Amino acid sequence: MDMQETESVAVRFENVKFKYDQNSRYALNNVSFSVKEGEFVALIGHNGSGKSTTARLINGLLEATSGKITVFGKDVSDKKNLFEVRKSAGIVFQNPDNQMVSSIVEDDVAFGPENIGVPREEIGERIEWALSVVGMTAYRNSSPARLSGGQKQRIAIAGVLAIKPKILILDESTAMLDPKGRKEIMDVVLRLNKEEKMTVIMITHFMEEALLADRTVVLNRGKIVLEGEPQDIFKNSELLETYNLSLPGIGYICKQLQKNGMAIRDCLYPEELAEEIASLLQEES
Amino acid sequence: MRKDVAFGQYYPVDSFVHRTDPRTKLLFLIAYIVALFCCKTGWGMALCALGLLTVILLAKLPLKLVVRSVRGVVFLLVFTGILNLFFYRGEGEALISWKFIHIYKEGIFYTIYLMSRLFLLVMSSAVLTLTTTPIALTDGLESLLTPLKYIRFPVHELALIMSIALRFIPTLMDETERIINAQKARGADFESGNVFKRIKAIIPILIPLLISAFRRAEELGDAMDARCYSGSSIRTKYKKLRFTYRDVCAFFFMAILMTGVFLFNSYGAALSALCVQGWNALLGLFGAV
Repeated sequence: MDMQETESVAVRFENVKFKYDQNSRYALNNVSFSVKEGEFVALIGHNGSGKSTTARLINGLLEATSGKITVFGKDVSDKKNLFEVRKSAGIVFQNPDNQMVSSIVEDDVAFGPENIGVPREEIGERIEWALSVVGMTAYRNSSPARLSGGQKQRIAIAGVLAIKPKILILDESTAMLDPKGRKEIMDVVLRLNKEEKMTVIMITHFMEEALLADRTVVLNRGKIVLEGEPQDIFKNSELLETYNLSLPGIGYICKQLQKNGMAIRDCLYPEELAEEIASLLQEES
Repeated sequence: MRKDVAFGQYYPVDSFVHRTDPRTKLLFLIAYIVALFCCKTGWGMALCALGLLTVILLAKLPLKLVVRSVRGVVFLLVFTGILNLFFYRGEGEALISWKFIHIYKEGIFYTIYLMSRLFLLVMSSAVLTLTTTPIALTDGLESLLTPLKYIRFPVHELALIMSIALRFIPTLMDETERIINAQKARGADFESGNVFKRIKAIIPILIPLLISAFRRAEELGDAMDARCYSGSSIRTKYKKLRFTYRDVCAFFFMAILMTGVFLFNSYGAALSALCVQGWNALLGLFGAV
């Protein structure tokens, strides 16, 4: 029973505390949560809520002050597990410019597999596969300097995918992109989650992106304050406001319409809102 | 097109020389420089020039582009040449003597030698960088330096540092431009004032750039860690350099060139004498007619 549970749990935090240095406050204070294999979890929270810290703790870039973090049952604090943990949990960071090591796309994607000692022929196959997943096959021999932000970030994702991790962590990976670039990344991430059954942990401050997840975890000042399906989370708009978080655009429009006396239900998706308004108009006529 | 600077002066055409293995080209350049410095005769020098010309033609490089590469050092070369010409002490009578300047016949010859040697040297190096991308050069260097691993020289690390540096040139150029614009927007003046004022104006560009570079380095370090970089021995290499028939050709070409230079070194004088004799005989013949 226990064995089976550890197998299906991708990441587990147990009473994790972390502070950056002795005198500062806890960046994470007694955080416990788990992510199931194949799940798409969004982590949201205001600046300084501990989102990025969480990402860095998962693959051992930071070490928890106390508590226990496991990735597929392996304790992250054990230095012997670190390599395996990093192989199974890949992070894509915020700034695509600061994650690339080579001036040729192909060489950059090869960097990860090279590090874990994949044989040469297989690296070629992995590059092929990773670039096709992110839709960048045509740019294999290009220089990243000539690509757009969204394209660069897709290359960064490909670079992580080439290691064939089971968990993909996105640490505000869409924050520096324009709307088009953000959509490109979200499409890739959703595809990976649905088709490749990859576990996704997405740290974001775009509520629209959090809405696409299976589950949303809200952090505030180092503590988990809300957890559940995004639809349920965004019902508590007043509560979210106290954590300096807003509703997704559609939810906000919906709230304003209600305030102006329109008798519609809470909506979060454009289709939903359109339907509500349409049916209301039909009723009136 | 500032971003193109990242590729140095690489001239992108498809040619025999461009496709030659970077290791071969590096070794070729070293051998060529050795040949230049071993060369003691005009014949040998002419052969070297001819060799370089052949390579330039094979590489489909515009001759102008190669010659232009000398522009940066032309002052230095001419200066060296003039010093040599004025102060070289030959045997016998000086051709011109004026105060401390004495020009000898040997001095003229020696100066011509020196100048052509230096010009060929600079141009041959230019041909290497014009036909090879910096990243290929890095790969080539890493491969050539591999034996040094046995004496614990960090070859792989050095190559990685170089490739990362190349990768960040365009990024930091963009950043510099952004900082300059930001400082200009706040009223900074980079264009007027004397030299000292202008140098002082660079400081508000350099400091933000430096800070940003450090921040980037830290983030890159994290990203490399996250992608399992440990610099360990299990690391494999995806790109492998391969020697082809081109490299065999290049080695033969170099061998011929070197042999030629050394043959001329030994027998050049005799050849010159023969030529002079032939010339005199020819003149004599015409004279008789």
